[in-house]
Amino acid sequence: MNEQPVRVAQLSCGPEHSGVQKEIYDAAAAVNAEMFFPDVTLADIRRSYDAFGLEVRSGDLKLAIARAMALVEQKVDADAVFIATCFRCAEAAIVRTELRRYIQGNSDLPVVSYSFTERTTSGTLLTRMEALTTIARRRALLAREKQKGTTMGIDSGSATTKAIIMQDDKIIGTGWLPTTEVINSANGVIEEALKEAGLEMADIEAVGTTGYGRYLIGNDMKADLIQEELTVNSKGAVYLADRQHGEATVIDIGGMDNKAISVLDGIPGTFTMGGICAGASGRFLELTAKRIGVDITELGPIAMKGNSKIVPMNSYCIVFGTQSLVNALAEGSSKEDVAAAACRSVAEQVFEQQLQEVDIKEPVIMVGGTSLIEGLVHEMGELLQTEILVPHHSQYIGAVGSALLASGFIEEK
Amino acid sequence: MAKVFIFPATSLILSDMVERWGHEALGAATGIRERIQTPSLDSPPLQMTPEDPKKGLKYAAVEVPCGVRGRMALYGPLIEEADAAIIINDADLSFGCMGCARTNELVLYMIRQQKGLPILDITYPKTDDEGVAFVTQIKEFLTGLEGDKNE
Repeated sequence: MNEQPVRVAQLSCGPEHSGVQKEIYDAAAAVNAEMFFPDVTLADIRRSYDAFGLEVRSGDLKLAIARAMALVEQKVDADAVFIATCFRCAEAAIVRTELRRYIQGNSDLPVVSYSFTERTTSGTLLTRMEALTTIARRRALLAREKQKGTTMGIDSGSATTKAIIMQDDKIIGTGWLPTTEVINSANGVIEEALKEAGLEMADIEAVGTTGYGRYLIGNDMKADLIQEELTVNSKGAVYLADRQHGEATVIDIGGMDNKAISVLDGIPGTFTMGGICAGASGRFLELTAKRIGVDITELGPIAMKGNSKIVPMNSYCIVFGTQSLVNALAEGSSKEDVAAAACRSVAEQVFEQQLQEVDIKEPVIMVGGTSLIEGLVHEMGELLQTEILVPHHSQYIGAVGSALLASGFIEEK
Repeated sequence: MAKVFIFPATSLILSDMVERWGHEALGAATGIRERIQTPSLDSPPLQMTPEDPKKGLKYAAVEVPCGVRGRMALYGPLIEEADAAIIINDADLSFGCMGCARTNELVLYMIRQQKGLPILDITYPKTDDEGVAFVTQIKEFLTGLEGDKNE
């Protein structure tokens, strides 16, 4: 790689003592980024402690505050910021959130914050670090607003694989299959999409891949763009919703994890990715549909007929959520109310666990397969007190974003 | 010569005073002597592994943040090994800083729970006069210490 490494400032408390500092370095190195600790003096720490106004007792958190102020005051140069503190530390959680808001509100540096345990690996951090460096490094690519030529996007997700073919800013072919064997599933959706578009593979001028299987498929196909789903999905969302200018928030409740991304003028800024348990993901809704004996596509309309507040349900953990589900049905609750409660529970988990990490700016755009479950969209709208946009082809969002961004590589060929 | 646990454990001044009066200081540098490159405020990588927070489970439960347990894996064994301890309360950042307030609470509690352990428990000085008294107290404590409990 000839590109200059992206310089990521680390504001943290605890990773060195938790044995995860090396994981942070490894994740950064994998995306040609370098972590550094902004230099501050003892006088800076003392001044920042008073100036920032948050009375923390931990020395490393005081240091993190001083470093954040040095970044915002441009005493130290950085391309992006990574804030990391121990999971379950209340004091650190307050500092993490306030520093993110402070940096986001007072600079244009992309920020990601993360709470780690000793089990955090570089693999867990990789997608976040990749998104962070992409935002810092590829602003020109991300600024693309129109698709040109004939391009293909493939999204290899944990639950489903999707393909999209676009031509001159229009979607002309789609493919959708459950993910089984990664390459086979990709070949299947490519075939479907080409057939619908009436094209041959030779007609495709550029290919982009995203999702968990992006490297495997991307390397196999010699894709022009192999990109994590955070930036690709947010780009696809504002493109399809026609909200490429101004602020927006993108929510993608996936099969395995969730993403919430705040976007400004089509370029992602702060984002969060995760989910404590599958209880806060599309998996729980799949399980609900199976338990009440309906297809997942029927769950949304059924949920819309129910009352989500009658049945108590907490899917913080998928096992507890399933217990609530079974108990509710055993007590004679209707499948409509149970479906609605399941949608509400997933929306609540995402709201409580993740949406606190990004500042919600309207419009809120929901994408991904779960955005087709109207009961879930309704409950999220109720929680956020806003009308949620679900663009057309929202279930293909990663593939659309990949096809859109891949067209930037046609001119280079 | 006694083994004296120092708090803040990162205090080079305190460590130096303990050594000057003929004892062995037990602090951060003891625990990570082979690993640490510089005692600056940059918190350089200590080459600790994810195994360390697991070792820290001896001192703090699993729901305690991993950073606390990792630090306890360093300091816990040193406190158990100590013949005496010096605690400086409300120390200035420049005197020594262990980074995490929760770890400090647990370390202090653990020191104070060690039965029969001689402890000098004093506050960091704010004036010159208090500074002189501070050094005198430490000197008297250290000169009055007996040798290793295992000797």
